[in-house]
Parts: sequence; structure tokens; C-alpha cells
Amino acid sequence: MRQERNNIFVGVDWLLVILFVVLVGFGWLNIYSASKSEEDLEILSFSTKYGKQLIFICLTIPLIVLILFFNSKFYEKFSSILYIISLLSLVGLFLFGKTINGATSWYNFGVLGLQPSEFVKAFTALAVAKLLSDRQYNFKLVKNQVKAFFIIFLPAFLIILQPDAGSALIYLSFFFVLHREGLTLYYIIIGLAIVVLFLLTILFGTTIVLSTLLGLITVFTAYIVYKGGKRFLRFNWYKIIGVYLIVTVFVLGTGFSYNNVFKQHHRDRFEILLGLKQDNQGIGYNSYQSELTISSGGISGKGFLKGDLTQGDFVPEQHTDYIFSVIGEEWGFLGGSLVIILFMLMMYRIIYLSETHTNKFGRIYGYSLASILFFHVIVNVGMVIGLLPTVGIPLPFFSYGGSSLWGFTILLFIFIRLDAHKKYDW
Amino acid sequence: MQKSLLLYTLITLVGLVFIGRLFQLQIVRGESYDPIHNSAVEKKFDYPERGYVYDRNGKLLIANQLSYDVMVQPNKVTPLDTLEFCKLLKITKEDFYKRFNRSVKFASYKPSVFLKQLAKEDFAFLQEKLHKYKGFFIQKRIIRDYPFKSAANVVGYISEVNNQLAKSSTYYEQGELIGKAGIEKQYELFLRGTKGKKYFRKNKLNNIVGSFKNGAYDTLPENGKDLTLTLDLDLQQFGEKLMQNKRGGIVAIEPATGEILALVTAPSYDPNMMVGRKRSSNSVVLMDPDNLEKPTYDRGLKASYPPGSPFKMMNALIGLQEGVIDVNTTFKCFHGYRYGSRKGEFMGCHCNIYNRPISLKTAIAKSCNSYFSNTYKRIVEKDNKPSKGLDSWANHVKSFGLGNYLGYDLPQGSPGFIPIGKYYDDAYRYSWNASTNISNAIGQGEVQTTPIQLANFTAAIANKGYFYTPHILKKVNGKPIDNPNFTEKKVTSIKQEHFDPVIEAMHEVFKTGTGSGVKVKGIDICGKTGTSENYAVVDGKRIKLEDHSILVAFAPKDNPKIAIAIFVENGGYGSRIAAPITSLMIEKYLNGKISEATKYRETNMLNISLKSEYDKLIPKKEEEIASGTK
Repeated sequence: MRQERNNIFVGVDWLLVILFVVLVGFGWLNIYSASKSEEDLEILSFSTKYGKQLIFICLTIPLIVLILFFNSKFYEKFSSILYIISLLSLVGLFLFGKTINGATSWYNFGVLGLQPSEFVKAFTALAVAKLLSDRQYNFKLVKNQVKAFFIIFLPAFLIILQPDAGSALIYLSFFFVLHREGLTLYYIIIGLAIVVLFLLTILFGTTIVLSTLLGLITVFTAYIVYKGGKRFLRFNWYKIIGVYLIVTVFVLGTGFSYNNVFKQHHRDRFEILLGLKQDNQGIGYNSYQSELTISSGGISGKGFLKGDLTQGDFVPEQHTDYIFSVIGEEWGFLGGSLVIILFMLMMYRIIYLSETHTNKFGRIYGYSLASILFFHVIVNVGMVIGLLPTVGIPLPFFSYGGSSLWGFTILLFIFIRLDAHKKYDW
Repeated sequence: MQKSLLLYTLITLVGLVFIGRLFQLQIVRGESYDPIHNSAVEKKFDYPERGYVYDRNGKLLIANQLSYDVMVQPNKVTPLDTLEFCKLLKITKEDFYKRFNRSVKFASYKPSVFLKQLAKEDFAFLQEKLHKYKGFFIQKRIIRDYPFKSAANVVGYISEVNNQLAKSSTYYEQGELIGKAGIEKQYELFLRGTKGKKYFRKNKLNNIVGSFKNGAYDTLPENGKDLTLTLDLDLQQFGEKLMQNKRGGIVAIEPATGEILALVTAPSYDPNMMVGRKRSSNSVVLMDPDNLEKPTYDRGLKASYPPGSPFKMMNALIGLQEGVIDVNTTFKCFHGYRYGSRKGEFMGCHCNIYNRPISLKTAIAKSCNSYFSNTYKRIVEKDNKPSKGLDSWANHVKSFGLGNYLGYDLPQGSPGFIPIGKYYDDAYRYSWNASTNISNAIGQGEVQTTPIQLANFTAAIANKGYFYTPHILKKVNGKPIDNPNFTEKKVTSIKQEHFDPVIEAMHEVFKTGTGSGVKVKGIDICGKTGTSENYAVVDGKRIKLEDHSILVAFAPKDNPKIAIAIFVENGGYGSRIAAPITSLMIEKYLNGKISEATKYRETNMLNISLKSEYDKLIPKKEEEIASGTK
């Protein structure tokens, strides 16, 4: 028994490890295809994207060993410290960060750039798990809810300041975790309603949406009053007025902020997605090329390194955010579906394992991991296949970039560590 | 477990939606996705050489020649000495900037034409100097060449496809050439061949990085087919020469085959005017609607006029066929024909045989109006209803190919007009008879024909009752055509026996009648002259002009080799211009040359100019302006 505990691989969920290896390996093949050019021959080299990525992948091995080396207890105990360090790394950006494409998201170490926001997710997940797993913690108390929101949204806020709204958006995924731990579903429903209302307002304009909604509410209220009588009105009139006010303020606010607070490139992204604007050569070029590239793959794809659009470098940022379009073109519907299914399997497995945890900390952390993965996949793949607006976040394990890869490796393997330990004693 | 349901469900849902979307993109849309129409694939065309065109004796009518365009790729242009450069290209500085800006607007990273079709001597000179000017280079192109400066109406021309066609067509691309008139248009599909396609892979910078799928989709160009026309270039050129300073058309057909031997329209133009740098300015002049000469209007195919006296043969044939007259039927001519009791309801006649019986043969030879008015009246009034009589008359006429497009293989034409019973029923509310439209008897009135229809009509008489649809194409790549429209006999509704007296009478015309002045030794010509009255409105006044002269003929009488119709605007009596030209054309075709004895006719014809007659059509105002500037 003792010997087994010294072996860091004991209890490791090999299915997750296999999924990790497959996703990372397949990801690298696609990065290779997207970034190779005729002249480059060396594979392990800092001079090419795929060479660098291979080095990043190799470096995950010591990282994994290191993560597995620590005891589960370590992560629980040091979660707060790790969280604070990660927050400091975000704050430090404003002093030492490097600005690329208008966002100060990077630390620059010569050949290597590090993007702290990719790592903070993992430590925020630890902090959330730590907070919610506390026996004293009662979610019914608004004070506790605010505490949780604070932990979650503090890093998101710092990331928005970079500004990198896409990466900050990911923190919304923690709502799933909070819901699992007892937060009322209303938050998610309200959140969804906000999104729907927002899109409707952009599509049809404030006047139509507002008048339709107020009309519907009036009809609905009239119906209830008719059914429930004046009694209902007497007790609930403030609620009714509140609904009217909230809807009006929100719709008008959306209209106002969309036109005055949003930047033109944000508006463009929404309008292209909703079909309000078409510009396949200008602002809509990425989405258009991406869809075209995926369509051209057909059922079984054109084959590895044989995608003309990929090889011709037609899709911008194809090795990073648009990596899924390489899969679409060269591996076709079968390859694309397989990748989606692999991600689904990974998430199912993580949730399944989390639910078997007797320890709340492990379960909450696992849930955070699944939710973060879920959000990343939705936002990234949804963008590449033209279902969601352009938001620049990477596809986990696939997209080019050391920070992203390592961030997800840390996220995943901390969970594997926690999970390996649950079979033993706590 | 219950609490995890939400995330499980959402993951499953999103997964399915994503896979569904992939299905839509890659299978539903991917099916119709053409791997070639793709921004990563560049298509380049391999243009085949356009087919050559020969006349029936193997003379080259249309050939190809090299032309040199100065091209420019704006993003490669470095600052240059514009003054010197403009001098080199013989353009002005403003022109230079206009052209350069146009190229920049088109695409600065792609080459486009800067200056089209240099003269050969300019090319040699430029080639030495051009290397100094970065971004400019010379590109060879193949353009058309018309070695004989004649038959412009037949050969036609080519020019760039219009935008509309370039968009709707699956073959033509912007900037490519297409036949726009004549043979070039009619037989575009034969002449152009099929362009080859080569596909290349390229990257987003538009640089070619290799062949696409190792050329799996590439096709080889297929050369255009060489055509042999039925045209006899010598005869054509001879006809064009005779028609100089006149307006009109000559159509000559080989009766035994329907092959068009000559299709002259005057005035015409040098087809080379529609090639090269001056093309566009030339075409403006040629196609100017105010240009009364209308050089691009093929009078042989399109000039639609009442046929006049030659139509009398038609009425003779119908009369014989319908049995309302026979070869011995005689009518008396009283200086004309009275078709109504009122004053003015009288058609004059100048046959000079008055108050005694005239036979059919004499009536044709002397062109007696009275005889054919009587005949026409009998035809129309054969049935108790005139519309029925006229309908059967019209059917006979139409069986000669009159009254509708003939179906020849040139892209211009006019249907002419042959009235039917309903036409007069509508116009006169069923109250009419033969007298109402008695002019049809002598080819005036409502009847309208084109010269090629008359030539075909003449060929049908020469053949005694059948014709082949006239056509201009003889062979494709040396293989005779097999288009049934042109190789199958079309039979008229008149029995063969009825043609003999008509032919005899036509022979008489050239023996003793209006054609007797232009006999050719050793050739029996059969024909008929005619005139067509015409008026014009000039400066708001209706003025009567000299009659158009018309003549149809075939020769020799036995085993005819050529049927001809000629039409001279304002040519006056047929014997003045039309008859000598006909006789010369026939002599030239049958004997290959003009004998010393008839040379004077040729000289005469070359000297006749109808310019003074045509000038009457020019509005006075313009003349004043013209004289004022002198």
C-alpha cells in the first residue's frame, strides 16, 4: 500500500490521459498542417510554429509529473495562495506586460511568451472549490453568493481590463458549478434571457422588441388578473411594475450600449453572424473563409496536408483559434465529428468521475474543469463553424500556444491527481 | 446525479448541434461544393487558335495574326520618366495617367492591358526600350486578319464579350473574344474551338504554389475548326467592285445546291477596320445610325422591298397551277387595267401591245401589268370567298421561301411579307376583293421580299420547282456539311411542267425584252427586270426618288449554274444598271473572266455613281453646315 502511494501514477484515470494524448497529438498534426511551409524541414525547432508546439507538448511531460507528484491535500491547502499568486500575475501585466494586438495579456521571455489568463482559470477553479467545499458554507446566504461571485469575477475583471473580453467570458462557465452546488437556476435562466433579449434587440431594433415585450407582459398580466382576480394585483403590483421597468431599462440599455459602448468591430461580429451584414472580403473574411474551408472537406476530408485552403493559408489564425477548420477540411465530417465526440467523452468522464467523489473539493473542481472545457469548446468551435460570433479563445489542447496548452494540462491533471486520490483515503 | 443532469444534457445538446452543423456544411453544402471554384485554386486558360476560313476555291478569307499589347502591373512600377515613356508609346501624358489609373483601379497586383495592339513596327522598337520601365511588359495576342479587304458582311468580326454574357455564360470570361457578326458569329462554336484549362494551387498572396491535384482537372485546348465557305471570292470581289458608288445588294446562288456564291452589299467596309487599335473608333463610324450609307447593314439579306415585276412570274406559276390560266390563255391590255369604276381605279401599263390578245410568254417578256392583274383576279376569286383564294395564293408563294426567314446560316435577315386572307379581312372588315389589292399582281402593294429571297425564288424557277435553303458554309475541317436543313430538297407547290413556259418567257426577256441590251455570247440568260417605287421624307417633305431597280436571272438556261438577284437603290430602270451588272456577274462566274467584247460594260458600271441621287436624302440643314465650313 505504502509503495503504491509513492508511485505518482497510482489511481490515475487512464481514459482521461488517453483522451488528453489523443487530443494533443491530433492537435499537433493539424498545427503542423496549418503552419508548415515548403522550406521548413526541422521539426523540433523554435523557428517554426509546429516545432515550437512540439516543444511545448514535450514540456507538458515534466509539468504532468510535477502536478502528479504533489499530494491532493496540497492543492486544497494551497488553493488560496495559488489563487492570489495568479491574481498577482494578472495585475503584474499592467506593469511588465507586453501589448500584442491591443491587449496587454503577455509576459515576454525572449522566445517564449506567457499568457497568465490561461493559467488563472485553473487556480480560480481551485479557489472556488475551496470556498464552496467549506462545511460552513451555505449557498442560501446572499453573503456567500457574493463571496463566490467575487472570487470568480475578480480575475475576469482583471482580464477585461487587458482588454481580452473573450478570455474573461469563460468565467461565466462557473455558473454551472454554482448551480451544481445549489445556486438557483434563475441565474442561468436570467443569463440566457439576457443573451436572447440582447440578440433580439440587435436583430429587430429597440422599438419593435420593446413594444412587443411590453405588449406580451401586459397580455400576460391581464390574463392572470382575469384568472386570479384583483387580489393578485393588490399583492403583486410592485412586481409587475418592476418587470416593466427592468425590461424597458434593459432593452433601451442594450440598444444604447450596443451603439455607443460597443466598438465597431464588436458590432461587425454580431451583425455578420446574424446575417445583418455581409462582407466576405473585409470584416467577414475570417468567418466566410472558415466556413468555406470546412465545407470543402466533405465527408471524409481531403487528407492530411492536402487541404488546398489550409495549405494556401486562406484562413487567418488557422493554427490558433481557427484550428478546427483544418480538421474540417483535411479530415472532413468524420474527423470533425470525432473531435467533438472526443471532447464530449472527456467532459462526460470528468463529470462522471466528479460525481463519484465523496469529497466536495474534488467534485467542485471537476465540475469547474468540465464547465470551462465546455465553454471553450462551445465558443471556439461555434465561432469556427459559423454559429457564434467571433471571440478569440483557443480550442483546448488543439490550438497553438504554450500557455493555453499548459493551462489546460494543469487544469486537467490537477483533477486527475485529485481523482486518483479519492480512491484512497483523504 | 440529478444535479449533474443539466450539464450532461447541455453537453449532449451542443455536441449534436455542432455535429448537425458540420453535416449541413460538409455534406449538404459540401456535395455541391466544387473543388475547382475555390479561392485556393487559380484557373488559367490555354487559348486555342481560332479556325481559319476559306472561300469555295481555297482562298484564305480569315486568318490570324500576332498582336502585341503593352501590359502593366502597377505595384511593380517604379518612378519613370513619363515624358519619354509617352513619346515612346505615342500617347499624351493625360492619356498615360488615365490608363495607369484604370489599371490601378482594376488591381494593382495583377497585370492588365495598358495599351492595346501595337503596330508591328512600334513593337520592335519598343521591345528594346521597354525593359527600362519596371512593371511594363509586352504580351503577345492572336487577333484576326482578313487578307482580302472584302465580304465584310459575310465574315463579320469578333470583339470582347459583353459583361452580361460574361456573367451568365459558363464558357466565356470577361475580356475574351466572341464572334459578333457574320460567319464569326454564326459559326462561333466551330471557329473558337474549346479553351484548355489548367488549375494551379495558390496561396492567399495569389502566388502560385504548384499544380492542382497534379493536373487531374486540367483539360487540353481544342483548336477551332477551319471552315470552307460556299462563297466565290473572285465573284464576290467583282460584284463589290461593280457596286461601287451605288447602294444595294447582289445575291448569287448555285441552284443545284443552294450554295451562296456571292453576297454583295454596297457600300461595305474593310473588315480589318474591326481589328486592332482603331477598332472602337471605326465601329462608332460604321454603326452610326445617322450614317445613311449603313455599311454594316446587309442589303442582300435585309433590304425588304416590294419585288416588282419579277413577282409576275410567281403569279403566272400560281395561275397555271391553280388552272385559272393555261399557256394559251390571252388577255387584252387597254393601256392598262381598270379594276374599279371610279376615276383613278386604273393601273397603267407600258407593254406597248394594246387592244389585242397577249399570251403568257409575251406578257412576261413585255411585263404586261394587265395580264397579271387579270390572272391575279382569277386566282383570288377562284373561290367564292376572296380570303380563301388569297390564302391558297399565299401558300403557293410561301412554298418558295418568301414571307418568312429563309433559314440560311447568317445572323442577319428579314422575313419580308406575304399577306394572307386574314390580313385583308382585318383591314377591310371582310369587304374586299381582288381589286382591293390588285398591286400584288405586279409585285407592288403589300408584298415585300429581300434580295436573297428573290435569288432563292429564281433558283427554284431554274430548278423547275425545288430549292435548297441558301447557305454559306460548305465544309467544316474539309468535311462537307450534313445539316439536313441545307442538304434536303425543298419542293414548291407548283408542278414542274408549269415552269417551262415561264422559263421560256424569262429567256425571251434577255433575247428581245428589257435584258436584250446585255447579252453575253454563248450564254443563255433567263431573267426579269423590275422596279420598285420609293419615296422618302427629307426635311419634313415627302419626295419621290428614282425607282429602286431589281433584277432576277439565272444562267445558263439548261442546267443552270447560277441564280442571281440584284437590287440597286434608286437605280432606275432595270436595264440601266441592274441588267449590265447581272450580265457581268454571270459572265464572270461562268467564263471566269470578262471578254474584250463586254469589257466596256464593266468600265461603264465602274463609272456610274448614284451619289447625286443619294445626296437628296441628306437633310438640307446638314448640307448648309457642311458648306459653311468649307
